[in-house]
Amino acid sequence: MSLTDKLFILFGGICALLGIASAIGFALSRKVTSENGRATVDNLNARIKAWWVMVAIFALSFGLGRGVTVVLFALTSFYTLREFISLTPTRGADHLPLVAAFYVLLPLQYWLIWTDWYALFTILIPVYGFLLLPSLAALKGDAEQFLLRVSRIQWGLMLTVYCISHAPALLTLDIPGRPREGFLLLFFLITVAQFSDVMQYVFGKLFGRTKVAPVVSPSKTVEGLVGGGLTAVAAGAGLWWITPFTPLGAAAMALAIVAMGFLGGLSLSAVKRSMGVKDWGTTISGHGGVLDRMDSLSFAAPVFFHLTRYFYT
Amino acid sequence: MIDLVLIGLTRFIVGGQAQWIGASPETRQRIYFANHASHLDTLLIWSALPRPLRGTTHPIAAADYWGRGKVRRHIALKVLNAVLVDRATQGPPGAALAPLRGVLAEGESLVLFPEGTRGTERLPGPFKSGLYWLSQEFPEVELIPTYLDNPSRAFPKGTFLPVPISCTVRFGAPLLRRPGEEKEAFLERARAAVGALASDPVL
Repeated sequence: MSLTDKLFILFGGICALLGIASAIGFALSRKVTSENGRATVDNLNARIKAWWVMVAIFALSFGLGRGVTVVLFALTSFYTLREFISLTPTRGADHLPLVAAFYVLLPLQYWLIWTDWYALFTILIPVYGFLLLPSLAALKGDAEQFLLRVSRIQWGLMLTVYCISHAPALLTLDIPGRPREGFLLLFFLITVAQFSDVMQYVFGKLFGRTKVAPVVSPSKTVEGLVGGGLTAVAAGAGLWWITPFTPLGAAAMALAIVAMGFLGGLSLSAVKRSMGVKDWGTTISGHGGVLDRMDSLSFAAPVFFHLTRYFYT
Repeated sequence: MIDLVLIGLTRFIVGGQAQWIGASPETRQRIYFANHASHLDTLLIWSALPRPLRGTTHPIAAADYWGRGKVRRHIALKVLNAVLVDRATQGPPGAALAPLRGVLAEGESLVLFPEGTRGTERLPGPFKSGLYWLSQEFPEVELIPTYLDNPSRAFPKGTFLPVPISCTVRFGAPLLRRPGEEKEAFLERARAAVGALASDPVL
């Protein structure tokens, strides 16, 4: 089976799943009567609609190749960093570090993926960004809350640019005997991470009782986490045939993605809570901001990248 | 064509979503008065207005910034429909308002920044008296308080390049005129109406 054949089957499968979800959403919208239930179902249907759009965007970029896919993730980093910085208080003296973050480090990080410069890709932001940003801030001579300010910008960059960029970096991995199959690894990562989020939401809504972290994220439940997580691990194992992993290996990889994704969602909920907001933005109808959809992926991508790189290349 | 590029760029870099809180986007004659924090402000309000309103609404822009350079001047006059005013005008009080009166006399709307200069604070500083005189001379024109959230962070005074930080444009309920109200009291009330649209700060 060629790569194109596999991608057709995979995106076909996703469309079938979404078709079922849309049908269920439609049936629910005709059945529901209570006001509370109406709000939940409306939000569910807005989410499903947004999923159609997101899947279409990814399918298109995969079809158009590596360059477009790298650009798509660069734009994702741009939007998530914009959302992060917009909610994070900054001062006038932070302007220069922000210019460097948005207009120099972000494009450079993705250019390094495009040219496959692995050594610099892994240290650009954690080492050189780490040294550059406080220097630029200090040159402005404003010491007010200095450590807090530079930490916030560095953290935002690590999360939204460095971590997320590890997803398209899968396209640079050279797996023996499997040329150009980075797309399938990327598909595996995104599908498992997002499917886990969706199934945790579904199991949580249906069976959720025990809250995992009531203070940080009131919507996360043990029932949702276990049910959704196990379903996503099973889905990951079922996708073993598109990866270099064995079925058991694929299950283990999926488990790592699910675990990191859960921790990412939890950590970013804590960040949102500390800022007094519920969502990162309003860009994706029903979901909130782009970062609300990318939180789990940003924690899962670097771990999945390194596990794959260490064990399979 | 240029207008679509400008709106696209504005949306991409700073968003500029409109929130109609106390007024709806209608084609009636209005003075939108807003806090002033950056050179993006004119662009933000202009791009936040729906298309039919954009053509009949004229932002007041400082001639010493928007009138400088051929490209900027062209954008200000032909795309943003701006009225350029010279902030250094000498002469009898109220003389600088002449071009603004002209716009209102023709039945079109205005965007004013009554602080007169860009501030750095979240809440607007003291207002200059132009808004008061115009509100007296044109009593039928609706006065819409407008708050620009974040442009002072996206494009602070003294920098050359805006950074991507989402800004919002909030339009509040029309400020009603009170018969016999003193100038100072009116201006203070107008300033408070703009400040009331600001969101709570995050620490």
